[in-house]
Amino acid sequence: MTMFKKLLVANRGTIAIRIIRACRELGVSTIAVYSTADRDALHVRMADESVCIGPPAAEDSYLSLPSIMSAVLTYGADAVHPGYGFLSENGDFAEACRRSGVNFVGPRARHIRLMGDKPRARRIMVRAGVPVLPGSEGTGVTELRDAEADAKRLGFPVLIKAAAGGGGKGMRIARDAAELAKLFPLARAESEAAFGSRTMYLEKYLEEARHVEFQILADNNRNAIHLGERDCSLQRRHQKVLEEAPCPVMTPRLREKMGKAAVRAAQVVGYSNVGTVEFLLAPTGEFYFIEMNTRIQVEHGVTEMVTGIDLVKESIRIAAGGPLGLKQRQIQFSGAAIECRVYAEDPVTNLPSPGVVSSHHPPGGLGVRIETALYDGYRVPVHYDPLIAKVIVHAENRALAIKRAEAALHEYLIDGIKTNIPLHLRILADVEFGAGRFSTNFLKRYEARREPVAPLSLAKAS
Amino acid sequence: MEIREIKALLTLMREYELVELEIDDKKKGKVRLVRAGAGGPVASTVVASPVAGSATPVIARHVRAPAAKDHGRAAPPELADNQRLITSPMVGTFYRASSPDAAPFVEDGDSVRKGQTLCIIEAMKMMNEIEAEVAGRVVKVLCENAQPVEYGQPLVIIEVG
Repeated sequence: MTMFKKLLVANRGTIAIRIIRACRELGVSTIAVYSTADRDALHVRMADESVCIGPPAAEDSYLSLPSIMSAVLTYGADAVHPGYGFLSENGDFAEACRRSGVNFVGPRARHIRLMGDKPRARRIMVRAGVPVLPGSEGTGVTELRDAEADAKRLGFPVLIKAAAGGGGKGMRIARDAAELAKLFPLARAESEAAFGSRTMYLEKYLEEARHVEFQILADNNRNAIHLGERDCSLQRRHQKVLEEAPCPVMTPRLREKMGKAAVRAAQVVGYSNVGTVEFLLAPTGEFYFIEMNTRIQVEHGVTEMVTGIDLVKESIRIAAGGPLGLKQRQIQFSGAAIECRVYAEDPVTNLPSPGVVSSHHPPGGLGVRIETALYDGYRVPVHYDPLIAKVIVHAENRALAIKRAEAALHEYLIDGIKTNIPLHLRILADVEFGAGRFSTNFLKRYEARREPVAPLSLAKAS
Repeated sequence: MEIREIKALLTLMREYELVELEIDDKKKGKVRLVRAGAGGPVASTVVASPVAGSATPVIARHVRAPAAKDHGRAAPPELADNQRLITSPMVGTFYRASSPDAAPFVEDGDSVRKGQTLCIIEAMKMMNEIEAEVAGRVVKVLCENAQPVEYGQPLVIIEVG
């Protein structure tokens, strides 16, 4: 294996910084790319070189394949890390890199495309014996009458999903035929706008399920292992808010069963590099494949904390042709980790809150890890994702991890903009959460019983 | 020179990322400052008449502060009212001529028509001709042949007329 000389980070924000740090440890020099809105961004300052690739609009910069490829070729990178979001799950990007003789840190283009086509991925999982939820057969549906026929067969409630979907876009729950008639065209329009695809599919909706995903690590020679699970049930509008490892209701037996299914899902297609197999876990202990994410995840940090394995470094090593080097039985889990995603948004209205961070003081201490691109005087741009920091804590057990997360969030000072830290403090103090009793509906019920706690926590937290 | 003054100069050097600083006092005249990575002096000026006060403010007045985060990036050139800056619309490689043997499209001092090709930016094997947005005279071509350029990088200064 020959390690890369120069890696271009095709991303911004916290993940760009995470990748730059991994490269430093590997002795790989880095090129940051940025839009004119990110001239003063931390990833630009931290990288060895930087290239402005376009104006603020993501389509003309971070999502512009020609601009990024031109930067790769002009500035002589021998590898590209796509991070998450933007072009990370674009098969054309992986292919353009390969054709130019540049290493793409991620799976092969065909695996990205395969898993990006959700109905196709479902079919392959069925064949591989990985359980899937009852849903639309074949290649999906584009017309309401076909969706109605599927819904009738499945029984309400159903989840409407975009075939090319991701990030909760084009996703709606329909509880009866009237809702389906109303929401199906809406979800389809959303899918068309976000992914350029009118193809949808329906799945039986599970009311009280958990979102449990397994981290996969695979090399280019079909060796694959899993690094355990993450519980990402705490979501708002299908966007993850807080993640933890291990899942509070996981047992060693269930982990082995789900982990094996996840590894099989990756191996059946010959998948390589890091990936995540997402499942819904029903209260009965039954689990169902949702989708596979063919990239590093936002919440990879919690797995790193409980396994001690640096996933970003592993992904780069594997892309450089390195062997997996780890056996399943070598993977040990230690303690509990929680990640709180800090968004630049108003904790009461949930609206984005961009602006200048007049003062930034991150927390610290044993088992506290902060991944952020903030600094004093940094302007959070309006153009991109509002995720501004990840507060990741690790402790001997879940109860201590919750205490540690609370302490860290109380310490975290972010002045000038509003953040969702008060929401996290409410979650962490919640008795039901503390007992590990929650499902993907948890935050929905939460918003319904709005308590006057928010402003109080806000004053304390910021 | 007093320790206090030297300290002030060191602070100044750190603040503006200077790698060189030359002061030839002789009644507060002459100064040379070079910033890291800029490939040339940011400001090089001779203070004609001595100004009262310490050396520091005199120097500071002639330094264009680079944005704190401009690591290695050259500050945009200053333009007169009748001058226009042509910037790169994309990331790529800058070429002054259509082939290695050909004469450059333009030289400093040349007159140009509106729409005349000034240079080429190669991006992903595509040769993109960069045209003059206005008619006038080329004041300066700011990039070297075959140099990588980023989006928005200044390429050519044109004097309108």
